Amino acid sequence: MDLAINPFSSGTRLRDMIRAIRACKTAAEERAVVRRECAAIRAAISEGDQDYRHRNMAKLMFIHMLGYPTHFGQMECLKLIAAAGFPEKRIGYLGLMLLLDERQEVLMLVTNSLKQDLNHSNQFIVGLALCALGNICSAEMARDLSPEVERLLQSREPNTKKKAALCSIRIVRKVPDLAENFMGSAVSLLKEKHHGVLISAVQLCAELCKASKEALEYLRKNCLDGLVRILRDVSNSSYAPEYDIAGITDPFLHIRVLKLMRILGQGDADCSEFVNDILAQVATKTESNKNAGNAILYECVETIMGIEATSGLRVLAINILGRFLSNRDNNIRYVALNMLMKAMEVDTQAVQRHRATILECVKDADVSIRKRALELVYLLVNDANAKSLTKELVDYLEVSDQDFKDDLTAKICSIVEKFSQDKLWYLDQMFKVLSLAGNYVKDDVWHALIVLISNASELQGYSVRSLYKALLACGEQESLVRVAVWCTGEYGEMLVNNVGMLDIEEPITVTESDAVDAVEVSLKRYSADVTTRAMCLVSLLKLSSRFPPTSERIKEIVAQNKGNTVLELQQRSIEFNSIIQRHQSIKSSLLERMPVIDEASYLAKRAASTQATISSDKLAAAATPGSSLKLPNGVAKPPPAPLADLLDLSSDDAPATTSAPTTAPNDFLQDLLGIGLTDSSTAGGAPSASTDILMDLLSIGSSPVQNGPPTVSNFSLPGQAETKVAPVTPQVVDLLDGLSSSTSLSDENTAYPPITAFQSAALKITFNFKKQSGKPQETTIHASFTNLTSNTFTDFIFQAAVPKFIQLRLDPASSNTLPASGNDSVTQSLSVTNNQHGQKPLAMRIRITYKVNGEDRLEQGQINNFPAGL
Amino acid sequence: MQIHFVLLISRQGKVRLTKWYNPYPQKERSKVIKEVSTLVLTRGPKMCNFVDWHGYRVVYKRYASLYFCMCIDAADNELETLQIIHHFVEILDRYFGNVCELDLIFNFHKAYFILDEVLIAGELQESNKKAVLRLITTQDNLVEAAKEEASSLRNIIAQATK
Repeated sequence: MDLAINPFSSGTRLRDMIRAIRACKTAAEERAVVRRECAAIRAAISEGDQDYRHRNMAKLMFIHMLGYPTHFGQMECLKLIAAAGFPEKRIGYLGLMLLLDERQEVLMLVTNSLKQDLNHSNQFIVGLALCALGNICSAEMARDLSPEVERLLQSREPNTKKKAALCSIRIVRKVPDLAENFMGSAVSLLKEKHHGVLISAVQLCAELCKASKEALEYLRKNCLDGLVRILRDVSNSSYAPEYDIAGITDPFLHIRVLKLMRILGQGDADCSEFVNDILAQVATKTESNKNAGNAILYECVETIMGIEATSGLRVLAINILGRFLSNRDNNIRYVALNMLMKAMEVDTQAVQRHRATILECVKDADVSIRKRALELVYLLVNDANAKSLTKELVDYLEVSDQDFKDDLTAKICSIVEKFSQDKLWYLDQMFKVLSLAGNYVKDDVWHALIVLISNASELQGYSVRSLYKALLACGEQESLVRVAVWCTGEYGEMLVNNVGMLDIEEPITVTESDAVDAVEVSLKRYSADVTTRAMCLVSLLKLSSRFPPTSERIKEIVAQNKGNTVLELQQRSIEFNSIIQRHQSIKSSLLERMPVIDEASYLAKRAASTQATISSDKLAAAATPGSSLKLPNGVAKPPPAPLADLLDLSSDDAPATTSAPTTAPNDFLQDLLGIGLTDSSTAGGAPSASTDILMDLLSIGSSPVQNGPPTVSNFSLPGQAETKVAPVTPQVVDLLDGLSSSTSLSDENTAYPPITAFQSAALKITFNFKKQSGKPQETTIHASFTNLTSNTFTDFIFQAAVPKFIQLRLDPASSNTLPASGNDSVTQSLSVTNNQHGQKPLAMRIRITYKVNGEDRLEQGQINNFPAGL
Repeated sequence: MQIHFVLLISRQGKVRLTKWYNPYPQKERSKVIKEVSTLVLTRGPKMCNFVDWHGYRVVYKRYASLYFCMCIDAADNELETLQIIHHFVEILDRYFGNVCELDLIFNFHKAYFILDEVLIAGELQESNKKAVLRLITTQDNLVEAAKEEASSLRNIIAQATK
């Protein structure tokens, strides 16, 4: 049947338009046809053409499905719906559901027509209106039309009743308050014989339970009998051709009743007991050779797991899942894995029994099944089986699909970190993962590995040798290269001299130049990224001190990068070259091994930084200008590239063991590198959130060991730093040459001028600074508050906030009352620790609240004028 | 419990039917269609009929050149949804008599009418195929009757004004 075939019609028939569109060979042709049709339809709309209104609407729907805009046809839907005839209404309601969604205001205009149609004498027109309302109604419409729908639930027509019940579901979803109005009718519908009505009523009951606690209680009391009866009837019924699917009468009704039983029985022992028998019957009697039967069993198992079922019933359920798991049908295995995940909470032991099968599923060809299985295996891991499961997963990592490696690697790393009681095992697993899937290992994972190696002095030799072997075999795995190169730089002599051999190890012969070779190869590998190359350069620099005979060769390798187009690498090469060439005296102390990184504080920072990333994401999403949550300027800068920090680590570590005279140059180098940092954050590769973690990781060691005097503060002025960036070479040389003179500047009592930190019409705050010798990062600030008005301030509170790299401690103020026109009458001291001393200046945001004559006052400000070098 | 949307996609990725039971704005809809079709069309024939998608689950089944997809919550019964898809397909098949993709292209509105008798608000409405077919035929007849009446009226008017 075609829509309106009329010999006098202008324009094309629907069928012809579809043909024309299908005949188009290119997208451009299709667009042309659609444009022509749309133009004709628009013209017809503006002429108010009535004869072809519903044919035009059908065309518009087709055009809409192709993805073209059809908003101009929306009003036509309303006109069709308002027409008297059934054909117009039928196509009008279809258009309404297709072209509009509930966000559009046009929908408001249709409420009146809907109301009329819901009261229509023709049940099919009522059906159309119910269907449209059920599919697209908004909260407003739900409120307006709810009484009509409630009335229709009592209708004599089953067709109207079932549609009204489903429509009520939508209404209750939109306006949960209305749930109680439907309780009574829903329960009485459960007595019907018509399956369509029963299914709709059961679904309505389930929705009511979700919407309201009262409804849940009411239904627990009033509908369980009915549900059990329905389920018994359908499961015992003889062959019913109308409802039969694969020998089962109406599996849909089965499933929906089982679902409602789960909702009612959850956390309610009486209800659970009431349905116990019928569940047992369904679980044992249902045929499981067809999908329909399995769907019922699946739902039944879920209900048994969800309610307070007897243990016998639970055993039955777990056994069904076991059968599912060994089924050859992928769909069944998929749902079995899914269910076992939920069953974990109920009975871990029972699930553990299927471990071997589940592990096989991790290796399935189907990614959906693999993912489910992997998640399940992850839940199954415990102290007892961690080692064997990890081995299986790691073995599989070797052969798994590329796109699955990401998930798999993350899960393995997480298992290994969680269950590593044995450091050697942890290292071995990590080395394997790095070798097999180093490109998929997340930054924080290999950072943690470095922290662990740094702490495990007895395993450092083993680590560096294992990593060296892995590096030769799998040099293309980015994070393996990074860890290996880092360890080679730090523990190079252990590699060459076989220090700390373990029993399980086979001795290897590595010469000094072999080690340098390995790092050189990594540096020159075409796919290495900037971070890796920068780490290689640092490693080479360190090796030049560990293996003096190779120094000359390393100098050459480093020098090759002097012309590198990446500024970071170029600058490093030039600086390192200069260190090797001209500063032999300080080199060895400069390049000593890093101090042990404190594991606990690293883990704390790792956790905090993941949190901080999340919260700052949230902040960014919700940030409004001037909001009190907004962070000070210092934080808004992009995080520095990891390289610079790596480097300043290698400088920071020196003071740990060396004596006073050499500390000064080290500090000095730190600032030198601080310069590198300013430009690396602008010129370097896109800094990511993960760099922040690295930064933290590597700066941990620096704070407690820094004990040089703050001699180099002058060099950390941002202004100067910028000017020094462009002509790199001469500046660096100058800076280093100026060492001797700058050491003489050493001044323990550097006085910093007091500043006016804040001044408003009412209040003035001045800061005096004091530094303890030997602790350049720490500053004690004495704040004095002056009331400039003639009224007394009471309840005076001073608050300050600092960027993340600074720590702040506020001591109590000397008083919380600020007398009128008093001079410095209240003081308060603050201790600040700048963890990036010399790289970033202090910054602080302050907030002062007080009361004047009982009225609340609030003042805020930001302090950017701290003297340089704090 | 609820089905969030129904999609019919041809093997070439052309959309043959879309039904949204949640308010998705127009832009979102095309994004969803694109994502779901790439997800579903790339899967091999022996794989299971479920894919995870943004915390939901897409249940799909291929019939000849058409993929029938329904999106449900992750906690819902996938096997039953598969059965609902089959239920819908069987009704289409009986209505059109050996339904093929072309039937659904040229009579797409019929497919929608049938779907509206099977699902409302994303919930199953009728488990009896014959009942659905009876309802559709009755309504088709109503349309035919109205059309005949209109054309006979038109003839009367045409004759009267001759």
